[in-house]
Amino acid sequence: MPANVPVMLRYALLRLQSLVLSLFAASVVIFLTVEVVPGDPAVFMLGINAQEDTLAALRAELGLDQPPWQRYFSWAGGLLTGDLGTSYTYRTPVAEMVADRLRISLPLATYALVLGTLIAFPAGILAATRRGSAADTSVMGLTQCGIAIPNFWFAMLIILVFSINLRWFPAGGFPGWEDPFTAIKALTLPAIALALPQASILARVMRSALLDTLGEDYIRTARAKGLTRRQVLWRHALRNALIPVLTIIGLQFTFLIAGGIIIEQVFFLPGLGRLIFQAISQRDMIVVESVVMLLVFAVIVVNFAVDLAYAWIDPRLRTAR
Amino acid sequence: MTLLRIKNLSCRIGQVPILHDVGLSLEAGRIAGIIGESGCGKSMTAHAITRLLPPGSQANGTLLLDKTDILTASEAEMCALRGKTVSMIFQEPMTALNPVKTIGDQVAEAIMIHKDIPRSEAMAQTRATLDRVDIPADRFPLTRYPHEISGGQRQRVCIAMAIALRPKLLIADEPTTALDVTTQAGILNLLARLVREDGMGLLMISHDLAIMHGMADHIHIIQKGRVVENGPTRHLFRHMKHPCSRALLAAGTHRPDRKVKVCETPLLTVENVTRTYTLPRTGFRVKPGLFRAVDGVSFSIRKGESLGIVGESGCGKSTLARAILGLENTQAGEIRLGKEAVFTGKRPNRAVRRKMQVVFQDPYGSFNPRHKVARLVSEPFHLLDTHPADASDQVARALAAVGLTPEDADKYPHEFSGGQRQRIAIARALIIRPQLIILDEAVSALDISVRARILELLAHLSETHGLTYLFISHDLSVVRSITDRVLVMQLGKIVEEGPTEQIFDAPQHPYTRSLIAAAPQLPGNAT
Repeated sequence: MPANVPVMLRYALLRLQSLVLSLFAASVVIFLTVEVVPGDPAVFMLGINAQEDTLAALRAELGLDQPPWQRYFSWAGGLLTGDLGTSYTYRTPVAEMVADRLRISLPLATYALVLGTLIAFPAGILAATRRGSAADTSVMGLTQCGIAIPNFWFAMLIILVFSINLRWFPAGGFPGWEDPFTAIKALTLPAIALALPQASILARVMRSALLDTLGEDYIRTARAKGLTRRQVLWRHALRNALIPVLTIIGLQFTFLIAGGIIIEQVFFLPGLGRLIFQAISQRDMIVVESVVMLLVFAVIVVNFAVDLAYAWIDPRLRTAR
Repeated sequence: MTLLRIKNLSCRIGQVPILHDVGLSLEAGRIAGIIGESGCGKSMTAHAITRLLPPGSQANGTLLLDKTDILTASEAEMCALRGKTVSMIFQEPMTALNPVKTIGDQVAEAIMIHKDIPRSEAMAQTRATLDRVDIPADRFPLTRYPHEISGGQRQRVCIAMAIALRPKLLIADEPTTALDVTTQAGILNLLARLVREDGMGLLMISHDLAIMHGMADHIHIIQKGRVVENGPTRHLFRHMKHPCSRALLAAGTHRPDRKVKVCETPLLTVENVTRTYTLPRTGFRVKPGLFRAVDGVSFSIRKGESLGIVGESGCGKSTLARAILGLENTQAGEIRLGKEAVFTGKRPNRAVRRKMQVVFQDPYGSFNPRHKVARLVSEPFHLLDTHPADASDQVARALAAVGLTPEDADKYPHEFSGGQRQRIAIARALIIRPQLIILDEAVSALDISVRARILELLAHLSETHGLTYLFISHDLSVVRSITDRVLVMQLGKIVEEGPTEQIFDAPQHPYTRSLIAAAPQLPGNAT
């Protein structure tokens, strides 16, 4: 659609402006809640019985003696240059720790999302186009189970079947990305466990969105033009049904990046979820701050991508704000 | 040769019979009309011809379209036929186009689905077809999206889609019902021109006798799934025999008998009222624009009078109604009922609000479906300072006044027909004995015969309850039949005002003239 490029570009730039503003606002809020609320990281690190001069020395080392606005700028400046500071507890750069975890969490989230979408789309389309049939009833029944079954229990179940009995996949742990094939194999069962509830929700959203769209007047118009049911589905119905589906996909992706903590525990995966959990229990505020900022960043970027996708799908949204 | 021949067509959905022994025939180059009230089966007849019936329906009889037996043809044959030999246009142009595809793509699709030609050639044909329906290239490039053009223009695009392959038969199902009167005249002219130029047959479906009188060569009147009367248009209008058709005609020209007692004191005074809306920003630092929906409007209604406001959609008439009701804050001017202002400071004045009530267009959408009628009708009591002790008696009296029974108070809105629901809405407006009732397109969604009965009811109530009406409508014939005085609104301003008969018989402003000229008329000598 070459004629629409300027409109799309304008829209993208406008969204980008609000993305930058949101990031700035989020960073201020996160900094204030974590740094200004009561609780002295130096005391947490050294214990309540630590000497006042030791505490002062540590505060100076961590830069805690500077005024808050100065601390904010050095933290935010660090964020921009990729320097997230040093963990209070591990004394290693936070950026490295986070990057290590992201190497697992990001591919895992993507893997689960792709799996979920690959299951949900055909299932939702099948159920919607054969409404009331046996196929529809089975899809609705199975997705009901998929939402109801707790995913950690489902995870243990598939470990039992595919790792212990069939020995197709490892039961847990992560070998690293040296051999991509074994890495993907290690992530397969966790991805399936994460994808099950997501796919179930997405299939139902797809079904109802498609049913709504198939009832629209323009579908009747398309049929009157001489299109077959199948052509109507692919050319007219699907794209219009995608808006609610994309909203859910966006929400699911950001959730999957850090929300898979239980699944990470079940499969012994050192992912981002576990890192946050540890950092909070050890009051490692600089790690918490950075990971939260990272997640907020992910949410805002994913929303930006979803907004662009909306506008690509629906021309009416390109001019609206 | 006969293009379309329907004989003994019966149709049922599940076990419910919809059509009985419908017969109809149409020659090429002619226009046949099907007239009937909603639910009579006229749309089912149209859908049977294209075999796009709702799931679970079954049709029997003979349905021959240009030598093809529609009822026995395979689905693949039907797909080849639809859009090429027989095309359809529908009532609602706002939703008939896919919002995510350009108008060019949608018209081109109708061509490419049937003809194996390169896209560039299809686009060239699309352009030529859009030019034919007066969607010129300079203002409407093929890359326009449906939301960027008006309702009338969308209907033209739908027509372009339908006639792109020069079909032998075009079915138009209420093609202008959702459009303004001037837009309607344009679309009807276009359809008549295409029939003349292409020699195609046009099967037109409408509830509006006046439109049919101006368009069709032959008319079929359908009631409850049966053709009760048919004949050449002129002959039919002169010699209508069947009681149903006569009732339909009588309802279309019905004027309620009104005995008006107008006092000289003004009840409602509107002075220089302006309502502006802030438009969405076009850029990050661009100052948002202003849209004047109502622009310096002044008028007054005397007690006992019935005042009409006419104008096309978007002219500001509904915004004005909302401002009078205190639902919209105005930027300038004053609205007073009697001597009291509707707005005191920033808040609507309750003492004034309880003296006026409103009835809206949509009898389906304006009730909470989970409330019983008693609760719906007694809603305006919250405008009083104390809840009346005899509330249920008052509900019963209000229901009786609009021709319902007190037992109806225990029912839910879905148990009533459209006309009955509008009666409930009027009962709700009556219950706190207001002085002024605003009727915002209150009969526009109703069938002609139901509309005639509601208008009769309104005329009767104005006598018994001493009511003053502000009647807002785009339908000129309705306004003419029930108002004493008319205001004509255009782009937020009043362009003409005067006694109803004077405005309709001798309009002064060019806009009023164009409105009245565009409205289809029933023949004066029809029986």
